Amino acid sequence: MLNMVWLVPILPLIGAFLNGGYSFSGKKLVRPLVHTIACGAILGSFLVTLLTFIHFLGLPSEERSVTVTLFSWLNLTNVKADVAFLIDPLSLVMMMIITGVGSVIHIYSIGYMSHEKSYARYFAYLNLFCFAMLCLVMGSNLLILFVGWEGVGLCSYLLIGFWFHEKKNAVAGMKAFLVNRVGDFAFICGTMLLLWSLVSVGQGTVTYTELKGAVHLLTNQTVMGFPVLTVVTLLFFIGATGKSAQIPLYVWLPDAMAGPTPVSALIHAATMVTAGVYMIARLNFMYSLAPDTMNVVATVGYATAIFAASIGFTQNDIKKVLAYSTVSQLGFMFGAVGVGAYTAGVFHLMTHAFFKACLFLGSGSVIHAMSGEQDMRKMGGLKDHLPITYKTFLLATVAIAGIFPFAGFFSKDEILWHTFNKEPVLWCVGVLAALGTAIYMLRLVAMTFFGACRADEKTKHHIHESPATMTIPLIILAFLSVCGGLLGIPEALGHLVGWEHSNLLESWLEPVFAGPHHEVEAGHTMEYLLMIFSLGVALGGCYLGYTLYTRRQDIPERFVRRFPRLHRLVENKYYVDEIYQKFIVDNLLRLNQWLALFDQKVIDGIVNLTGSITKVGAFISGWFDRVFVDGLVNLSANLTLQGGRGLRLAQTGRIQDYLYVVVAISLLILFWRFS
Amino acid sequence: MATLQSYLMVTAILFGLGLFVVTTRRNAVGVLMGVELILNAASINFVAFAHFRGNDVAGNMFSIFIIVLAAAEAAVALALVISLFRQFGTIDVEEATTLKG
Amino acid sequence: MHFPYLSFMTFFPLVGMLIIGLMPSHRADCIKKVALFTTLPPLVAAIGLLMHFDKANAGLQLFEGPYAWIPAFHIQYYMGVDGLSLVMLLLTALVCPICILASWGIEKSPKGYFALFLLLDSAMMGVFSSLDFFLFYVFWEVMLLPMYFLIGIWGGPRREYAAVKFFLYTLLGSVLMLLVMLAFYFYSDGNTFNLVTLANQQTHLGPLKGEHFRHLCWLGLFIGFAIKIPAFPFHTWLPDAHVEAPTAISVILAAVLLKMGIYGILRICYPILPDATVHFGTLMAVIGVINIVYGALCAMAQKDFKKLIAYSSISHMGFCLLGMSSFTPEGLNGTVLQMFNHGTITAQLFLLVGVIYDRAHHRDLEGFGGMAQIMPRYSAMTAFAFFAALGLPGLSGFVSEVLCFLGGFRSFPIITVISVSGVVLTAAYMLWTYQRVFLGQVNEKYKAFSDITARELTTLIPLVIIVVVLGVYPSYILDLMNPTLVALGKTLTDLKIAGL
Repeated sequence: MLNMVWLVPILPLIGAFLNGGYSFSGKKLVRPLVHTIACGAILGSFLVTLLTFIHFLGLPSEERSVTVTLFSWLNLTNVKADVAFLIDPLSLVMMMIITGVGSVIHIYSIGYMSHEKSYARYFAYLNLFCFAMLCLVMGSNLLILFVGWEGVGLCSYLLIGFWFHEKKNAVAGMKAFLVNRVGDFAFICGTMLLLWSLVSVGQGTVTYTELKGAVHLLTNQTVMGFPVLTVVTLLFFIGATGKSAQIPLYVWLPDAMAGPTPVSALIHAATMVTAGVYMIARLNFMYSLAPDTMNVVATVGYATAIFAASIGFTQNDIKKVLAYSTVSQLGFMFGAVGVGAYTAGVFHLMTHAFFKACLFLGSGSVIHAMSGEQDMRKMGGLKDHLPITYKTFLLATVAIAGIFPFAGFFSKDEILWHTFNKEPVLWCVGVLAALGTAIYMLRLVAMTFFGACRADEKTKHHIHESPATMTIPLIILAFLSVCGGLLGIPEALGHLVGWEHSNLLESWLEPVFAGPHHEVEAGHTMEYLLMIFSLGVALGGCYLGYTLYTRRQDIPERFVRRFPRLHRLVENKYYVDEIYQKFIVDNLLRLNQWLALFDQKVIDGIVNLTGSITKVGAFISGWFDRVFVDGLVNLSANLTLQGGRGLRLAQTGRIQDYLYVVVAISLLILFWRFS
Repeated sequence: MATLQSYLMVTAILFGLGLFVVTTRRNAVGVLMGVELILNAASINFVAFAHFRGNDVAGNMFSIFIIVLAAAEAAVALALVISLFRQFGTIDVEEATTLKG
Repeated sequence: MHFPYLSFMTFFPLVGMLIIGLMPSHRADCIKKVALFTTLPPLVAAIGLLMHFDKANAGLQLFEGPYAWIPAFHIQYYMGVDGLSLVMLLLTALVCPICILASWGIEKSPKGYFALFLLLDSAMMGVFSSLDFFLFYVFWEVMLLPMYFLIGIWGGPRREYAAVKFFLYTLLGSVLMLLVMLAFYFYSDGNTFNLVTLANQQTHLGPLKGEHFRHLCWLGLFIGFAIKIPAFPFHTWLPDAHVEAPTAISVILAAVLLKMGIYGILRICYPILPDATVHFGTLMAVIGVINIVYGALCAMAQKDFKKLIAYSSISHMGFCLLGMSSFTPEGLNGTVLQMFNHGTITAQLFLLVGVIYDRAHHRDLEGFGGMAQIMPRYSAMTAFAFFAALGLPGLSGFVSEVLCFLGGFRSFPIITVISVSGVVLTAAYMLWTYQRVFLGQVNEKYKAFSDITARELTTLIPLVIIVVVLGVYPSYILDLMNPTLVALGKTLTDLKIAGL
């Protein structure tokens, strides 16, 4: 089975190639052909992943790590990297999510994009994304990870700007790519530092399996006074903040909603944005050795969680709310890996992929029904018109809010539990963010599905439930949002029904995250208490959200009137975009102009000045040559000429004049001779 | 007795007249006549010197030579004068200043 | 005795030039075909050379000569290849036919154009295969002449200015090179121009014994080559030359001529004056980082499409300087690979600019907009080239950039970290340009433009394939040059360590 695993990324690549070529050729569009290729490719790789997974289930846990090498990519003195895939429990989980959720979203796209002209191009990008994302998670070393890392960035760029005839979309794509590049800058620096530090201890490598055995050699190394591992992991984390939209590089994600909604679901919710979490989980052995970095990761994660949640309250664009919700949930994941709860982080990553994909696809269905309208203020009362969408959306909302026994409850609770053990302060932040999540999600549901419809007549007339290609994916994802949590039932709960090792995901991932567990066992009592507490928070949040935005809409309005400044600040996303624009982008552009001018005027000026000076020198020497040197030559000629001119006066042509002269001279001679 | 001095006086006057004619006459033929006078003055000098040096033949030879030369010169010069007349329509030497620088 | 590939590649274009010279000037089609078919045999020969080349051998090989050329001054006809020059010869042989194809639209006296082009081709091949300094110098100078006329006659509105600037600037460098060449000649054992002998001699004679004089010689050579690279602050001729040159000449200028600067440093400065090279390593790295960052920032401010790409070339050549200054195998491999990759990628960029210029007759970035809807295929090709240029992993540019960084980081961590910011800036100006020209609202003026033609595609496709193949499987080229560069790097690293 494992010798076929290379098919997993290659199939989508072939799909992308075929559809890309099809789009490039400009032949007449045959939609069934296009989506058969695309969906076939991703379903094929899902199948291979599934088979590999089943194969792995049959293996003892210590054998569940296989490297499949295709060929040598770089083979230089110190840098050796193969094009190779590392198949282990962690990458398999990611592969399952990517190909599974990916397949569902591919199918959904058939319906959602059915009127799109650039149908083949869309599916080519989508397949290409799956390829890149699979490279990212399957690669056996940091360089292949980086190939995927940037590859997904490319696809994200292409898909955000998919409707590029609107400048806004194109700019959003560009912003996403550039902000990610800032993160990549740190990532490259981190890779270089890691590699050369390892070379200096004689273990130069970028391959995970080798890194795992080698990084402990670096524990005492420093760079500019800081521990190498801390610096390296921090640099990687900066890379992750770009890709996974954390403070301070989260700004691109809300704008990324300019892309088609299935893209938002796949790339900007379920898979790509979780790459940073995956990367930290993958390099857990390194992060565990860098406690300072871990604190930074956890703090940034929770800060992002609460920060983004607060913005979520004030947004009116249905996709923007979901986008900030994604940023916030990603914060939870980073909080989890930051406190060393890698399993919990990956667990939340997985459940989030289910319910957030479901929410996005649901919102897509709503937007589809509303003829492209995204403003929630113009929606309302859709639950009767879109029953399936409504039900699935509600299930996913409940899941994200963290109500027992839906998926979000288990994963979020595991995160909060681990955080509580490590950093009670962060736990408080987490609980607040969770409360916020419940409220703004219910606000979203209330504004969209409840109450009276606020759409105009034309749109209202057009509202219809989406076709089966769109609703079936919704149902699948809703099902996963409901049941996905059962993969990680905490031991404390399993214990109650007499099921030891009930946390299936934890035992599955154990070989990857094996290491000394620092957690303090506070006993099950505390865990139950916390569980009940967070369930209470979630329920309370839901109630609050529902009430505030259906029956007591006056309360938020009064709040807004009471604190207009605060509201404006949050509504404008704390002016972060404006600050970046003003302090970074504008200054950079000014610097460019200035430097270009410098180049033109000074550097080229010197060149031209040299030229001009040479020209002046040449003019002077030319003048000297003309006036003095040549003058002398001309002078002699002129003298001769003038002399001739004078002498010729003697030449009268009169024969007798000559005779006078002859006679005169003869007489003179005679006179002179004989006197 | 005629002395050499008297011959020389005559020829000097003759030469002076000839030179005067040559330099003052504007008529080309007149000029030619002046030239003849000069030649004759020279010729008489030759003969006079020959006589007083004891009948030296060389002097007589030269005077005969001059007579022949004068004839030839006159012929050529007259031809030139005719040519001059054809060219300019006049034989006034003052008019023929084509060689003026 | 092997087939004299190098002489064949060098002189075969001259045969074509003679044939074109004998053809009547109104037979433009025939002239173009002759030119094209004259550039193909060298390409075949280059592939033959590749087959014949012993990858495991780090040294020079496939020698032709040394034959005495001007015995009185010990000047030889001596050619040979190693991993370094082989890659450059491959690039030249590949780019020349593409440029001929790209010049198909030349209407102004095609006879002269193609004849000069073939002369240029010949000289470029000669530069990359000469092993005698004098021979190298002759080819180096011969190259200038056709380039001057090609820019000066077939160029844009300010062609005279650009051509003269190019010519004088390069000539200035050549003079310095000539001086150093003579110093090498007179102060070498047995007065020789032979580069191999010069590199192998253990002791220097005369003033060359003095460290300062060697440093001076190194600087003389370096300035000569830096002008060609072009390295800051000797770079300003490049934007002018590119803007004025016709498309194919821009391509050849960016793809091959710029490489000669780096090639010259690696071929002459590094082996002959290793101690001075080590001494000036930091200088090269600093110039490299200035090139990268400064070039990228200047590129961002440009309004002219071609000028932007010219500045991007400056920025990309900075990677080469950074990589080579590190003396690590990674850095040197990165440098030479970057030379090759920059050749293939920038060639595409200039070809693509040519495509739009042929249609719109201007290159003002602000004057387009929404071209992706009018010319979808053209836009796709441009997007590919742009992403290759900004170092997207999976395409060749990424591999060489990363290797340059990796190498550079070992020797100059801080400088390299600053250079890495170049990847952000490159992405910024590339994508911003793409957005301004291709995305957004359609400019109604250009609605009737036809998409890229088959001939234009033909010039691009081989380059696209190479860019992808080398991105996925860079070992194909790295294996060729790695032994040579490892050996070169080792000498210098040893010296550097000994110096410390």
